[in-house]
Amino acid sequence: MKHVDEYRDSEIASGLLDKINKASGRSLKFMEVCGSHTVAIFKSGIRDLLPGNISLVSGPGCPVCVTAVEDIDRAVEIAKIPEVILATFGDMMRVPGSRTSLQKARAEGADIRIVYSPFDALKFAQANPARKVVFFAAGFETTSPAVAATLGRAVEERLGNFIIFSVHKTIPGAMRALLDTPALKIDGFLCPGHVSTIIGTTPYSFIAEEYGKPAVVSGFEPVDILQSTLMMINQIEEDRPAVEIQYKRAVSLDGNPKAREVVDRFFETSDSNWRGIAVIPGSGLKLRAEYSVYDAEKVFDITIDVPKDTKGCACGEVLQGIKTPPECRLFAKTCTPENPVGACMVSYEGSCAAYFKYGRR
Amino acid sequence: MCVGIPGKVTAINGRMATVEVGGAQREIAIDLLDGIRIGDYIIAHAGFAIHKVDEEEALKTLEIIRELTCEIDKYDGAL
Repeated sequence: MKHVDEYRDSEIASGLLDKINKASGRSLKFMEVCGSHTVAIFKSGIRDLLPGNISLVSGPGCPVCVTAVEDIDRAVEIAKIPEVILATFGDMMRVPGSRTSLQKARAEGADIRIVYSPFDALKFAQANPARKVVFFAAGFETTSPAVAATLGRAVEERLGNFIIFSVHKTIPGAMRALLDTPALKIDGFLCPGHVSTIIGTTPYSFIAEEYGKPAVVSGFEPVDILQSTLMMINQIEEDRPAVEIQYKRAVSLDGNPKAREVVDRFFETSDSNWRGIAVIPGSGLKLRAEYSVYDAEKVFDITIDVPKDTKGCACGEVLQGIKTPPECRLFAKTCTPENPVGACMVSYEGSCAAYFKYGRR
Repeated sequence: MCVGIPGKVTAINGRMATVEVGGAQREIAIDLLDGIRIGDYIIAHAGFAIHKVDEEEALKTLEIIRELTCEIDKYDGAL
């Protein structure tokens, strides 16, 4: 990719670090909302390089980690139906439900397939007309347009056996919920890069306007993250909270309106249950009533037992930046990437997995 | 999971494009983006192109950062 080397250049990075060192004497805590940022920050060692008064905490931006236990339970029940092929992203396989995971259900005979794109699930539906192919759709605003566009093609082709189980979530509502969490004092948000590619910056306006805090949409290279951090510090020092874009090569003010139109055609907002956090009003996407023949929750009569959360797992607090993974008593003891107890240890982008792999600080 | 993979469009066939990502060719759907041309860099996610990379903006951001860090050099030199 063109110019990527410059965004990894250590000389430019140390220049920015110098600037950050001199920019503020206050203690500031910023949250990176996106799981891909968490991984990038750990990989490049930025947390250790920042001055002591500037800290970065991870947020709820790993869609795998925030998928509710009962939604995993529902997906397992759907997958057990003999005529069903359940397709989903690889990361979802090992997420623990109340009693089992999709991976274990597959070992017990359910037809569960890993896909890279919802489009692959559509191909299964075309190739298996006698089966019902259910795409277990997790993901934020980056992912829901791909799922909506795939459904668009299924509708065009009048494909009757392509079904969606949507647990899609939207980010800005979760950010508001975090700002309203008294236990958490956040001075600014590093906003997700590719979610913003779709939604643009307007949905973040409330952060600056109502809460008076900076919000900077950042790219994923070390230089991007350092520059975004500096932009947030400067906003605070100059007392001018705003939504700014650092990642201008991939994000415009208006985002991708065509992608949002496709999502709006098929989905409407709903309340959504964020694992370990709460049901956040208006933070999910469900299929519109006119597309209920494609909606797994309408097509199948799914009943699950009362869901059980994992005892001792601090995922909920970790996802809100209230605890760091090492502060969970299960971390690196009973909960490891090989044998995850909580969802944050399952996904490559989960905070616990990142702490385990790159550092325990 | 919201990882976007940048790649170069090498062919377009209807609503699908062939995109070169790190030397490998991938078929990417272009339903979500208008006006893609061969040679464009796009960001793909979950099999769909979601954004055309703005090269001018990429260069501009670098320039701003260079100016910033240059200022520091000058400042440090004056001490």
